[in-house]
Amino acid sequence: MSILIDEKMRVVIQGITGREGTARAQLMKDYGTKVVAGVTPGRKGETVHGIPVYDTVEEANEREGPLDVSVIFIPAALVKEAALEAIAAGVKLLVIVPDRVPLFDVLEVAKIAGEKGARFVGPNTLGLISPGKAVLGMIGGRAESAREWFKPGVVGVTSRSGGITSAISYYLGKAGIGQSTIIHVGGDAVVGTAHPDVVQLFEEDEDTKAVVMFGEIGTSQEEGVADLMERGEFTKPLVAFIGGAAAKSGTRFSHAGAIIEGGRGTHEGKVRRLREVGAHVVKDFDEIPKVTMDVLNKL
Amino acid sequence: MAKLYEYQGKELLQKGGISIPKGGIAKTKEEAKKIAEEIGGPVFVKAQAWVTGRTEAGGVKCARNPTEAEKEADEILGMDIKGFAVREVLVEEKLDIDREFYIGMIIDDITRRPTLIFSPVGGTGIEEIARKHPKQVVTFPIDITTGLRSYEARNILRKGEIRGDLQRGLSDLLVKFYQVSRKYEARSAEINPLVLTKQGRIVAADSHIVIDDYAVFRHPELGIEIAREFDRPATPLEKVAYQVEAKDHRGTFYFFQMEGKFEARSGYVGFHGAGGGGSMMSMDALLSQGFKMANYCDTSGNPSASKVYRAAKIILSQRNIDGYFASGSGVASQEQFHSARGLVKAFREATLSIPAVIRIGGNSEELAMEILHDHTKDLPGTVEAYGRDTSAVFCARRLRELVEQWDYGRKGSPKEIRGIPKRSSYHFETLTGTLYIRHEECEICTAKPCVSSCTAGILKFDDGKPILAITPDEAKRGRCTECLACEVACEFHGNKAIFINLPIPGLEEAVRVGA
Repeated sequence: MSILIDEKMRVVIQGITGREGTARAQLMKDYGTKVVAGVTPGRKGETVHGIPVYDTVEEANEREGPLDVSVIFIPAALVKEAALEAIAAGVKLLVIVPDRVPLFDVLEVAKIAGEKGARFVGPNTLGLISPGKAVLGMIGGRAESAREWFKPGVVGVTSRSGGITSAISYYLGKAGIGQSTIIHVGGDAVVGTAHPDVVQLFEEDEDTKAVVMFGEIGTSQEEGVADLMERGEFTKPLVAFIGGAAAKSGTRFSHAGAIIEGGRGTHEGKVRRLREVGAHVVKDFDEIPKVTMDVLNKL
Repeated sequence: MAKLYEYQGKELLQKGGISIPKGGIAKTKEEAKKIAEEIGGPVFVKAQAWVTGRTEAGGVKCARNPTEAEKEADEILGMDIKGFAVREVLVEEKLDIDREFYIGMIIDDITRRPTLIFSPVGGTGIEEIARKHPKQVVTFPIDITTGLRSYEARNILRKGEIRGDLQRGLSDLLVKFYQVSRKYEARSAEINPLVLTKQGRIVAADSHIVIDDYAVFRHPELGIEIAREFDRPATPLEKVAYQVEAKDHRGTFYFFQMEGKFEARSGYVGFHGAGGGGSMMSMDALLSQGFKMANYCDTSGNPSASKVYRAAKIILSQRNIDGYFASGSGVASQEQFHSARGLVKAFREATLSIPAVIRIGGNSEELAMEILHDHTKDLPGTVEAYGRDTSAVFCARRLRELVEQWDYGRKGSPKEIRGIPKRSSYHFETLTGTLYIRHEECEICTAKPCVSSCTAGILKFDDGKPILAITPDEAKRGRCTECLACEVACEFHGNKAIFINLPIPGLEEAVRVGA
């Protein structure tokens, strides 16, 4: 099993005719994702890598639906409209790849998605992949790389950094540890699916035996995971690394999320909270595969 | 995050219908005196700086008359508050305070809603109050689609034991405060203290407003120069870097200086990260080897080669760096040869003369490493490139070894700087620059690697000379992706006929000012 995405789900790509949309349509299709349609206003009738293009998501849904997922490659300023369009057409999972989406736009999408029972990953996400099944977004870059780097297995990976999402999974794979699903939750301060949401999905997934989490300073996501563990709502072993030990409070390092707000969000606080509830917090990034292996061997 | 000065925030509040003290902004002591005269009576002279604790630092002073205001302004202007040079003071009426409150708005990442915060006790030490007496602080998550309703504001206030006329006045103010926050897309906003005067006016005595970086483009009226979080005004070099980012949206480029001036051989490294998480990890590795960071930089999200080139040029323009360290997550989804070519062009133009370690793992890393190694051998500096199977810590240690053995006296002959060719027979515009081909060189070139190297496939041969296969307009609009492959190929396998001029406006001036 896996979470959020598999080879059977029907996927639409919004912005399929753009630079990234076209390139990542190729990746997704080649990897085995069931990409059934693309949407670019005014471009109905065209095809991209053999995928039919429609003017609206509703039209794509009528012709190629039911659509389960929309992957969005639209300039940041227009993302809100695109996301609301997909939700209105009944799509239940959105992957919002672009970064720099205005915060209030994200809040509006979150509100409407909540009302319609839809979920979104991102914004500012590299995407997600269930190795051997399907990929959404741009993780892996090319299908052959994605196949080489990510192997199917029993560890779920959730990360707030895109590059690190791939790096952790690759190093785990090299150590012989495969993954059920790998997800980059997105680098922004407010994301649609945060670490606590992801670990709850991994909790329900029978094939996921343990989870590796890459956290960062800023936001309350890691504290939220600790709360779930404390309440017994997330019970699988967790290996965690928190980036940003050297960062000063108030200094921003590219990820809008990595900002310390209020009392939450400090490196020290996150590490302490996670350790209190029994997570395996590693100090050195390179220790992740070994510690994960130890955890799996004890199961 | 784009921070507003106190007076800018107050202007927005006033536009939104909230009272602010009478006053004005002064850049000189004379202006300060004049404003104090207009106000009449005692005034406050307040340093305008993006830092907390201005009062403790002596940046906020009370003056009984215009002469005193002039004197205080003279002292405050030019003051350094936590590294922030004060250029302006706000001179405003001294309020007759009866009571102080706190109101704030922050985006809560858990509820994914704007959250209003109210405390019937305001002033300095609000954080202390919130810690010790959490019940004194009322928080309320706002529905983004409806905004803050008046009855919701009244419920917030009654929970803070605010009743009667005051409740009516404050509920009106809370609604307006949220409207201002929403209109200008504040990531956080606060009025502390909000003052009830003895005369019964409710006045915003201070303001801290931070605009969402990503929404700044929708608010040109705010005149925000750099939509990034800084605790101090941007340096000239940072401004140059920000303009590069603003003009090229392919990928992300972020740059700031961590140390402005330092001696040579004092362990400072030019840092070039890729991706937030990978950069942080790489930075930790660098610090663990005893290095200091001259700057922080991140080029990621599939940046164009030209963007990486400009980033590297800006990093290398910092004087006295002992080494160059580029490292990301190690397993990048993007094709890494783009970044490699950007680095090569920058290293060559800057005549790299220090050690550089480049960890460039990810898609096509073998080709990326080959480009970096093969095309820098003739430089006085040395370049070592590593792929995804080499850790950041190893790379930082390797840079340490290279720096320790390096002969910094060695100059080597500078590379011939190839500027814009004088007799350019052929050129076309690209998205952010101009590509020149000296066709007279092509006539005697037998290798002709240019057309086949072009990843975008926009070049073709015309009588043995490379020309555009598309219209110049298409090239300018981005069909030429500025991948730099033709220039690098021509430099090493052709007849050195191609030069892509990618200007960085203001760089030379910024370097001069910085020195």
